[in-house]
Amino acid sequence: MDFTKIIIIIISMVLVNNYPLAQFLGICPFLGVSKDLESSKGMGIAVTFVMVLATAATWPIQQLMNRFGIGYLQTVVFILVIAALVQLVEMFMKKSMPSLYSSLGIFLPLITTNCAVLGVCISNIDDGLNYFESLIQAFGAGIGFLFAMVIMAGVRSKLEDQSRIPESFRGVPIVLVTAAILSLSFMGFNGMFS
Amino acid sequence: MEKKSKLSILTNGLIKENPVLVLVIGTCPTLATSTSVETALGMGLAATAVLICSNIVISAIHNIIPDNVRIPCYITVIAGFVTIVQMLLQAFVPSLYSALGLFLPLIVVNCIILGRAEMFAGKNGVVDSALDGIGMGLGFTLTLMVMGSIREILGTGTWLAGTWFGLAPSTWKGIPIFSNFIPGMSIMTLVPGGFFVFAIVMAFVHFITRDKSKIKQDFGCAGCAMESTCTNQDECEKGAAA
Repeated sequence: MDFTKIIIIIISMVLVNNYPLAQFLGICPFLGVSKDLESSKGMGIAVTFVMVLATAATWPIQQLMNRFGIGYLQTVVFILVIAALVQLVEMFMKKSMPSLYSSLGIFLPLITTNCAVLGVCISNIDDGLNYFESLIQAFGAGIGFLFAMVIMAGVRSKLEDQSRIPESFRGVPIVLVTAAILSLSFMGFNGMFS
Repeated sequence: MEKKSKLSILTNGLIKENPVLVLVIGTCPTLATSTSVETALGMGLAATAVLICSNIVISAIHNIIPDNVRIPCYITVIAGFVTIVQMLLQAFVPSLYSALGLFLPLIVVNCIILGRAEMFAGKNGVVDSALDGIGMGLGFTLTLMVMGSIREILGTGTWLAGTWFGLAPSTWKGIPIFSNFIPGMSIMTLVPGGFFVFAIVMAFVHFITRDKSKIKQDFGCAGCAMESTCTNQDECEKGAAA
């Protein structure tokens, strides 16, 4: 495994194919939890953690299912594995790492239905990556998510005074306009790799 | 909860509790598949089919599911129907299957479907749940098609273009709106256009319903399918600072 390939995968997942801003994955938490910096960081780190763990679990399972010719059960198996895994991590964290649990644990139940986690597991299989590349891609996707969340939280903290925003645009729409401008700037990274 | 008439259950999802524009759930597929009317309709119908079937099955079996394992059970039922839809599309409409791509299996984590299972099908009868599924599904499909129309017209200058699941004649190029004299603004079919059109449509809905303000001013936990099971809502909304 050469080093340049790892760097390329990470940069492409963080900047070029950023999940919330270029692929529309994980929009719900991206818009919902990005109100302040602390919760954005917590959510971003928790998502990264679960993405890597979920990929570590689902990739071998997919190989096993392919061997027995039941690869079509992918969707059912993956979502159950992710749900069980998240539950397990939450229980383990609560018992043995209470300090980590108090900062990350509260985000875990929300992550089961986060489409970015299932999305990264499925796209690792679809892209035909090997086990190590899949883990790197999952890590990169999580970091990209964290990156987008933190930027968004920074911009939104400047938007707290909503009195200068037209009435109809207050609340959700102005956040979407912000996301549009952010994704416009991320489009600048397109074509970084040919 | 007061007894609702069958008609009000059906129309509830269309306008009053439109899943995308009012409840702000299911945003990922809305943004990703509304690049043209054709993919929007395909996504809407696929999600509606899954929603109706899962609502019916879940409302039929919710009495025999132990309460503390209901979410995994619901997810299994939903994932089963998603797999069926996936296989049917792959076999009969391969063009749509490849156009929707990753977002087809991701119907399983669409907040609308699990959200309706939890909020409605788990508490109501089979007929009511089926009607709720139809109403919510149609609300989702219509919103997708409105966004798809705006993005397609502004982005390419034509309307209703596409192969229409292989049914349209090969000469069909869509209805030209202004493609004859101005080239389309392709940014509208790209990612920023999606966010922007969504913002405008939602602001428009805010504008016309501003007197009957039932509109959500923020996201928060209500947009999450796990809302009713989540015990950490306060902490979550305050953030991890505590």
